Amino acid sequence: MSNNESPQKTTGLHIGKAEPGCKKNDPMLVIDHVKKTFGGLTAVDVEHLEIPKGAITALIGPNGAGKTTLFNLLTGFDNPDTGAWSFLGNSLSGIPSFKVAQMGQVRTFQLTKALSLLTVLDNMKLGAKDQAGESIWKALIPGFWKKQDKDIEVKALELLKRFKLEEKKADFAASLSGGQRKLLEMARALMTDPVLVMLDEPMAGVNPALTQSLLEHVLNLKKDGMTVLFVEHDMHMVRHIADWVVVMAEGKVVAEGPPDAVMKEQAVIDAYLGAHQDTDLGVVTGRIDTINEEKSK
Amino acid sequence: MDWGTIINNTLAGLLTPTTIAFALAALGLAMHFGFAGLLNFGIAGFMAIGAYGYAISVLTFGFPWWLGMIVGILGSIGFAILLGVPTLRLRGDYLAIVTIAAAEIARLLFLTTAFTDVTGSADGLFGYNKTGGFTEANPFPPGSYGFGPWTYNSETLWVIVFGLAVLAICVWLLWALMRSPWGRVIKGIREDEDAIRALGKNVFAYKLQALIIGGVFGGMGGIIYAAFANVSPGVYVTSITFFIWTSLLLGGAATIFGPVIGAVIFWTLQAFLSNILPELSSSGILPVDGTQAATLRFVLVGIGLMLLVIYRPQGIFGDKREMTFVK
Repeated sequence: MSNNESPQKTTGLHIGKAEPGCKKNDPMLVIDHVKKTFGGLTAVDVEHLEIPKGAITALIGPNGAGKTTLFNLLTGFDNPDTGAWSFLGNSLSGIPSFKVAQMGQVRTFQLTKALSLLTVLDNMKLGAKDQAGESIWKALIPGFWKKQDKDIEVKALELLKRFKLEEKKADFAASLSGGQRKLLEMARALMTDPVLVMLDEPMAGVNPALTQSLLEHVLNLKKDGMTVLFVEHDMHMVRHIADWVVVMAEGKVVAEGPPDAVMKEQAVIDAYLGAHQDTDLGVVTGRIDTINEEKSK
Repeated sequence: MDWGTIINNTLAGLLTPTTIAFALAALGLAMHFGFAGLLNFGIAGFMAIGAYGYAISVLTFGFPWWLGMIVGILGSIGFAILLGVPTLRLRGDYLAIVTIAAAEIARLLFLTTAFTDVTGSADGLFGYNKTGGFTEANPFPPGSYGFGPWTYNSETLWVIVFGLAVLAICVWLLWALMRSPWGRVIKGIREDEDAIRALGKNVFAYKLQALIIGGVFGGMGGIIYAAFANVSPGVYVTSITFFIWTSLLLGGAATIFGPVIGAVIFWTLQAFLSNILPELSSSGILPVDGTQAATLRFVLVGIGLMLLVIYRPQGIFGDKREMTFVK
């Protein structure tokens, strides 16, 4: 196992200076002027963003920065007020989510969506695309889908083995632990043969023992030629596996770059700690004075 | 107390055209609720559309009985599309509200005097079985068939045999669909439709298909019921919907045979209660008069439904691990 080995980073992704909205050599997703407001709140307002192909891109930012909303917009789960975005050169504006998924862009959810009352194996088989038996007419005659279903099962079992879930295949997904559900969701996503995997907080609520294996699974996606875009709060993980980091704050992209460089940027520090981090809070709120007064009594 | 009559009537409830009709409707509800997770509280509306579709097309348009039944089925397909297209994109509880309202609208439209020529208003419709040729199509010569509590004249026997054939086809259809990858997607939608959407399935189309298939089963239930009794707007009331729900939950919502067995148990129990309760009251054991005793069974149905949902939500045939109400 290569547990302590640092993963091979993909470099040379961008053209010119690494700044918000910079051009990429080989972009997979291109986002232009995407804006989404909820009432008076601007959740997402992205001028221009390109996600590089064949790399692991992390989307970070403080709570409420609009990361998940951007995810929902990109996958068709939510519609933006304005803007356009394209995936491998195909415009995705107004395309419903299931068609986006069919194009090879698969996502997972922040709150894991395991299909509780289906077996683990059925969960996996649902992921496979272009199943003849999923058409209502062909479903009635097993001759149309029996063979394909067997092939899908073989593929599902292989993936389950890789994700160490093969012993659970006959159990309901409801019986899995939180971390195992994360693994199942990721494995199920892989059943669709995606080109872009979008993971919404893959590490949230996962115990440290499982974190390492999840990290390797994410790295393996890149090894297998997939592009990964993930939202994460765990900076250690971001630094460890991401090739490129996009930082969002208040709906905007405030910084972009390779992980080590971007974490030192003033905009990122401001986004996480607040722009007024150097200001003495005591003066701002007047609390220090109050305490001093109390002391002097 | 006349135990002989009570037991005889109870056993007769095991196999009647009514039992078959409600088993079909419960099967439709199993498709809707048990497998696809669609909360349909308007199954009585689907039955009404099926029954009136059959009766009206025979009486008003002079169709033969089989064509009339096809019209009834097409009617329930139309009803499903009408309900589904605007509501299936919304959350499940909205479908529940819309279906219960739509079923009432359908019933009131059949009840109103504005269309008396066609619908017969409060009197309902009758004689269509003879006019349409359903009675004539009876292959059984007149006479008495069966034994003991299950003695039928040739007309009832014909409805029962026809009903059982339809029920068998519908059970096979549901079983064939639910074991296929199509059924897997439907069950997945019940669990979490966003997850299914993220895997590239057209959730709306699947939900509409499920609503149509369940609706057709419900419509067939209405047609079988109409083939035996008259079509009357007083039958397709909301309480019928809840009887069907009780049958479904009794047998097990996400099962194939559960709704059928559930309907049989429910109607046998109904026959038993409607016989024993008045007997108990007339012999002074129950301190209520005969009319009250007869309605007491509906109180018991309500209590039974509550106990069922609380203590055995998976029903008689449901998988122990699979409890539709407990997530």
